Amino acid sequence: MAEPITYLEAIRQGLWEEMERDRRVFMLGEDIGVYGGAFKVTKGFLEKFGKERIIDTPIAESGIVGAAIGASLMGLRPVAEMQFIDFIACAFNQITNFAAKSRWRYGAGVPIVIRGPAGGGVRGGPFHSQNPEMYFVHTPGLKVVAPGTTYDAKGMIKAAVRDEDPVIYLEHKYLYRLPRIKEVLPEEDYTVPIGKAAVRREGTDISLITYGSMQLHCLDAAEALDKEGVSAEVIDLRTLLPLDADAIEATAKKTGKVLIVHEDTRTGGIAGEVTSLINERAFEYLDGPVLRVTSPDAPVPYSAALEDFFLPNTQKVMDAARKLAAY
Amino acid sequence: MSKAARKESRRKQPPGARTAPEARPAKGLSPDKQLDIYYYLKLNRMVEERLSALYRQGKVQGGLYGSKGQEAISVGSAYALAPQDVLAPMIRNLGAMLVRGVKPVEFFLQYMQKEGSPCKGRDTSLHFGGIDRGFVPPISPLGTLVPVLTGVALAGRMLGRKLVAMTYIGDGATSTGDFHEGMGIASVMRLPLVVIIENNRWAYSTPVAAQSLLTDLAEKARAYGIPQGVVDGNDVLAVHEATESALDLARQGKGPVLLEAKTMRMRGHSEHDDAWYVPEEERRFWEKRDPIALYEKRLVDQEVATPEELAAIVERCTSEIDRDLAVAEAAPSPRPESCIEDIYAPLADPGSEEAAPKTPASARRS
Ligand SMILES: Cc1ncc(C[n+]2csc(CCOP(=O)(O)OP(=O)(O)O)c2C)c(N)n1
Repeated sequence: MAEPITYLEAIRQGLWEEMERDRRVFMLGEDIGVYGGAFKVTKGFLEKFGKERIIDTPIAESGIVGAAIGASLMGLRPVAEMQFIDFIACAFNQITNFAAKSRWRYGAGVPIVIRGPAGGGVRGGPFHSQNPEMYFVHTPGLKVVAPGTTYDAKGMIKAAVRDEDPVIYLEHKYLYRLPRIKEVLPEEDYTVPIGKAAVRREGTDISLITYGSMQLHCLDAAEALDKEGVSAEVIDLRTLLPLDADAIEATAKKTGKVLIVHEDTRTGGIAGEVTSLINERAFEYLDGPVLRVTSPDAPVPYSAALEDFFLPNTQKVMDAARKLAAY
Repeated sequence: MSKAARKESRRKQPPGARTAPEARPAKGLSPDKQLDIYYYLKLNRMVEERLSALYRQGKVQGGLYGSKGQEAISVGSAYALAPQDVLAPMIRNLGAMLVRGVKPVEFFLQYMQKEGSPCKGRDTSLHFGGIDRGFVPPISPLGTLVPVLTGVALAGRMLGRKLVAMTYIGDGATSTGDFHEGMGIASVMRLPLVVIIENNRWAYSTPVAAQSLLTDLAEKARAYGIPQGVVDGNDVLAVHEATESALDLARQGKGPVLLEAKTMRMRGHSEHDDAWYVPEEERRFWEKRDPIALYEKRLVDQEVATPEELAAIVERCTSEIDRDLAVAEAAPSPRPESCIEDIYAPLADPGSEEAAPKTPASARRS
């Protein structure tokens, strides 16, 4: 029988299979070849696919993404790695101005994937823990995905590689080797569609809408709430752009009480967008205000004591959920 | 050496390596200053060794980026700065910070994320300092400091101060766009900026040859029409001298200078990395060129100090480190909720004195 694998291994397998399946797929990034990537996502790729398809680049994120765009215009399928997603900031212009607008301006799609480790909880501090999703969610033409399970990690990287548009694929580094989310994956080829949320737990009293590593806190909170007689539904958005508006509407109408939980900071976070969507589509069904649990509006701090205070956790989700359930 | 012999000896060396410097008298540096330099070199290494032990005990969080084998660049260059100059260190320039007055206790507090650490537990490594202390603190994204120091140099000129802005950049980071954009602006404006390329041959696992086709990265200066220099980064006095010349040129208004110091990173990229990708032969070659050992030998050979006198300096380093580490170990953790403070300046009544924009005295025109 197949062994359960980690989230990181799932990403690795997905990329590996896509490279085997399609000769047009290639990867570029810093230290991805000989070293196998800072987190070992591309370990063994150089030996298998050769240096024509596994390209170690100089430290030049704007150059990496620009080159990926150019190659994609020529019909190839580049996957660019940001060593830490924080450094995607250096490539902002290429992503938001060139890649995102190409199809709309002159009809040429830019099928590239930009992937890298995002998120906190690993004591990485302000430059190695960021959640950059909203810079890109605000940019029409991009797709932004943030898988939170091992199954999705593989299925979504494969979907991203096959997608005709530029996809920002955010891997949560806290999940990389987390034993709790190891999974046995199907032997056969599968993808997880971009743009579709998943119901992780059915419930009737309250909805917890989340994504990424925060769904673990939501699931734990849901378990605990169950013992208190509150039935919580947990929705994993998975894709942040485009949002699965139907799934959000459905759960809001079903429970009438929505709590949105994300690790990203509060102001301008996806929770604001989801709240508006619920107001527009399901206002009459609400039995309480839409609430949110997020990180506060500050950079991610380094020290364990500070980071633990900063990040959302099960307790914070429970507190907000109880408050909402009481309406 | 005959031409053939030279060629042969070059063949045996890893590319980019230079042979050991001829022992020559230190130009213009008194024996006291030479020993001062020794003290900083040694302190640099010993503080890092202690940090590395703390890391193994799980007391240091996150990355620990050492400078073993590169200490001569930090110390030699920073020692050439004038008090009014502004320095932006990079993650491997702990020695430069020591020279400019940072005490070991600050590194210990910072790396162990204690209350009273320079960044209040919010950021780590050498990401601290402040313009009031003559530093611009680095951030992790590489290359960013070059344009920022361009602005420091510009303001120095606008404010009528005879300062030079100086920073370091790795061989890898010379590939970033920011590096080039900063050099571009600084050159056409002829700003007093000195950028030292710390070419330690490896950017994480990427060898310098995969970063650039140039043999000397200082050649990048040609793109900007500015002066360049190459120096043996394992020879502290040579680094000091070359930096002094670069600072002089910059101070004279000749514009920015690009100086390349050749060295080798003698440990992993960070503490977790055992640098398995570095060829054994290359590592061994550079081990013989330890900048501190070379300098010790020179000081003794030239009778600047006896081995006993050097040992006394080491003793002084040990006791300073012991004392500072004890202070840091005893310090508590920062208040958790402090991480959401200081995002903005305190609100002031827009009509009040405090709210008036502060203009440095020398920038005011009457
Ligand atoms: C813009 C950016 N991209 C990637 C990284 C990740 N990273 C950190 S250090 C490093 C290698 C740096 O090499 P180099 O500039 O030669 O300096 P060295 O570490 O050798 O001193 C990389 C790729 C980063 N910090 N910033």
